[in-house]
Amino acid sequence: MLSGGLTAALGMAGVALGLSAIFGETRHLKISWLLPLVGVIFDLGQVGGFFVAATGAVSIAVGIYAVGYAQREHWARFPLVMLPLFVAAMLLVPAAGSVTTFLLAWELMAGASLVLVLSEHQREAVRSAGVFYAVMTQLGFAAILVALVVLSAAGGGDAFATIAAHAGGLSPGTRTAVFLLTLMGFGSKAGLLPLHAWLPRAHPEAPSPVSALMSAAMVNMGIYGIIRIDLQLLGPGPHWWGLTLMIFGAVSAVFGVLQASVATDLKRLLAYSTTENMGLITLALGAATLLSSYGAHQVAAMAMTAALLLILSHAAFKTLAFLAAGSVLAATGLRDLDKLGGLARRMPGTTVMFGIAALGASGLPLGAGFVGEWLLLQSLIHSPHENNTLLALTMPLSVGAVALTTGLGIAAMVKAFGVGFLARPRSAAAAAAREAPASMMAGMGIAAAACAVFAVAPVLLGPVLSHVLTALPSVGGREAGPALGTYLRLPGIAGSMSPGLIAAALVVAVILALGLARWGARHRPVAATVPLWACGADSLSSKMQYTATSFAEPLQRVFDNVLKPETDVEVTHFAESQYLVERVTYRTLLADPVEQRLYTPVVRAVTIWAQWVRRAHPGSVHLYLTYGALGLLIVLVIAR
Amino acid sequence: MNATIGLAGHTYLTYLATALQVLAVIVGAPFIVGGMRQVRARLEGRAGGGIGQPWRDLHKQLRKQQVTPQGTTVVFGFAPAVVAGTALLIAAILPLIALGSPLDPAADLFGVVGLLFLGTVALTLAGLDTGTAFGGMGSSREITIAALVEPTILLAVFALSVPGRSANLAAIVSATADNPGHLVSPGSLLAFVALAIVIIAETGRLPVDNPSTHLELTMIHEAMVLEYAGPRLALVEWASGMRLTVLLGLLANLFLPWGVAGADPSVLAILIGFVAITVKVAVLAGLLAAGEVFIAKLRYFRIPELLAGSFLLALLAVTASYFFATPTN
Repeated sequence: MLSGGLTAALGMAGVALGLSAIFGETRHLKISWLLPLVGVIFDLGQVGGFFVAATGAVSIAVGIYAVGYAQREHWARFPLVMLPLFVAAMLLVPAAGSVTTFLLAWELMAGASLVLVLSEHQREAVRSAGVFYAVMTQLGFAAILVALVVLSAAGGGDAFATIAAHAGGLSPGTRTAVFLLTLMGFGSKAGLLPLHAWLPRAHPEAPSPVSALMSAAMVNMGIYGIIRIDLQLLGPGPHWWGLTLMIFGAVSAVFGVLQASVATDLKRLLAYSTTENMGLITLALGAATLLSSYGAHQVAAMAMTAALLLILSHAAFKTLAFLAAGSVLAATGLRDLDKLGGLARRMPGTTVMFGIAALGASGLPLGAGFVGEWLLLQSLIHSPHENNTLLALTMPLSVGAVALTTGLGIAAMVKAFGVGFLARPRSAAAAAAREAPASMMAGMGIAAAACAVFAVAPVLLGPVLSHVLTALPSVGGREAGPALGTYLRLPGIAGSMSPGLIAAALVVAVILALGLARWGARHRPVAATVPLWACGADSLSSKMQYTATSFAEPLQRVFDNVLKPETDVEVTHFAESQYLVERVTYRTLLADPVEQRLYTPVVRAVTIWAQWVRRAHPGSVHLYLTYGALGLLIVLVIAR
Repeated sequence: MNATIGLAGHTYLTYLATALQVLAVIVGAPFIVGGMRQVRARLEGRAGGGIGQPWRDLHKQLRKQQVTPQGTTVVFGFAPAVVAGTALLIAAILPLIALGSPLDPAADLFGVVGLLFLGTVALTLAGLDTGTAFGGMGSSREITIAALVEPTILLAVFALSVPGRSANLAAIVSATADNPGHLVSPGSLLAFVALAIVIIAETGRLPVDNPSTHLELTMIHEAMVLEYAGPRLALVEWASGMRLTVLLGLLANLFLPWGVAGADPSVLAILIGFVAITVKVAVLAGLLAAGEVFIAKLRYFRIPELLAGSFLLALLAVTASYFFATPTN
């Protein structure tokens, strides 16, 4: 109760602070005594405020939800303490005003999240996920550390403000090195390919409120890093920066959604969907960078607004989706879609919540993600193309990638909702599900309300987005972004859209359709409920239903080359006759191909190397003393 | 320019034109379906049920008992209304009879595509909701095709919006009407073919899906709606007819924008627009039905190849419209 309340209170403070930073002046705070030599510097500008507010909003919903969840799941004291600490660390990251402070907050966030991932450490899968996450997050941290140290050495100071003042004088080599290293470090936090592998492992194994925080708020910090360091401090970048971001974004989006559409673990599906959405956001960032490097600032402003909007809407629907998945997990103990089903009758509230989240994630009209994707597509199709072969090739391909992502995203979300919540229960646990308690529903309700705002009334976000945009001159901030009124209007382009009006018109149209179906109702016999059609046979068992695996089988076949599923069909014949089949076993294993092809060799090489190094550790104290003496000698020689 | 027209700028005649569009789609859709069946029947040497047969079917089904399969939820009950509702809304948005529908600035072509998919998703969820093998099978197949169709549709939208510098339909149609030379450009022709393939796939016509089959190996849309009966089945069939009609109308007016009344129409212009769109849709439907006689249904796993082909055409269309675009300001 206390932990959840504290988390929610921190979240509220974050929202208030973030909004005041967006609309007010930049806030400075220096605490000299906290760290020797440099002190801790906080410097909350518009961009930082935006991320602080988004993180805070997620924390409010998660905090309220966690009150009921911790009770129902009997959380130990330790994760209860860590939850508010994790939120506090996440709020500090965008507020950091110097390299040291940033790295400190970043490590605090990574450490707190790791501890939370390990809260159910009794299970083997959790421990394995924890190790995976720890290694990848520390590798990412190392990349960021090197990049920021190089940056502060070349930029003449520790504070971001100093670096920004000197950014113009940086050599191209330094800028390239910092860009590539930060892209790697922040990209791994955001779950971009090929450093995404921790996401589908750690997010499913963490407790659901933590998954929600990680997937909706923590991955955003990777995006924040790219925006703050690469686009704001170092920008404007050359053409290839934008192109690189677009390529990484597009590949991550398509790969993530493809894995999501064949995943059968509900939380794993959502984790891959996070990779997908971070990919789309990075694609939008890349488009904004590329367009403004060609001087198309107006369209770049559209792409950047799309990126900001996608960050917000993703935070809203992903929070809701993970919280709803958490309710399902708490009620049934199941994450496997192949064993779920029929929850709509047992848990109507959670079903509605997950439905709202899934609609948002699929990017359809009336869903939270629609406006952001629409803006992204508009910025891609309206890029100026006269005499520019690069733009003329990248933009159509990007539209294709975004469209494929949307299409497969719809399939993934239909699968998650349709197989998991509709139909008939596929296991006894699913049949005995119990609705979530009030506080969990309240937490989800807040996130659902946010989804509704993004879906039909993006007008409320207009001022926030335009203020943040002005702080980003290198990616379109020089021009006014699209006007988000009742009608969304694009600057300089005859194009408009009104999500609220569509929603209202659709309601009218559905009522009209229901009216059409009333025609002849007077002549009808009384309505009845009848058994399902069983093709004339006796009865249908729930095993005859399509499962998530069978639902995604066509997609898996179509994208066979990318997914590389391992399929075993074992046919056992009767000993007497080769023509009669005794038993058929069919097994299909879907592993992440990138992980298998890229990570396995690296891990193997590291293991071999470690084995080799281990020979130097035979356990003899004398030898260790020699190492120490030799090391000291070398240091002295170098430092002479 | 059309984007600046708000709701207030419309005369009652534009509202009349929009209402007439919706009404024409509601009344006309079953006739279009009947006409297509009749063309097929005659070409196959059968007598056929006549153009009015779908209307007679609707009349019959709407008087039947409303039956709900056990264990289904509101998703099953409301999906037909959502499909029909999205089709009606699209009919109100598109410039079928007149440009400048009051809803035109509220939804561009991306919005229309989104609404179309919303209808598809509603039916696939209903198929899953029944909890039968047929429902799941149909839904799985339908959503796979929908996912693969999406890239082509959006790229075709892209290609179409290049000349008019807008994805709003009135702007696209009036840009084509003002500058008919665009129509014979490679970009436009490729976009036409891509969009035609997509419409065939989305409305479940041959060679993607056979609307008259009930064989479990092949059916897609019919498997999904197998549990529907009586009034709800009537609504589903009505809606799928309306989707077909609306999309054929869209195809007709995107590539043959003549006869469409302007943004501020007179009564005569509305009448001309009405006759023009009726003729265009009827001719397109007739051609589609005649074409279907000569082709067989594709194997399900060959469909992605067809869609990949159409995606390539759409990509070429966009690049062509980029490289061959004459900067008209």
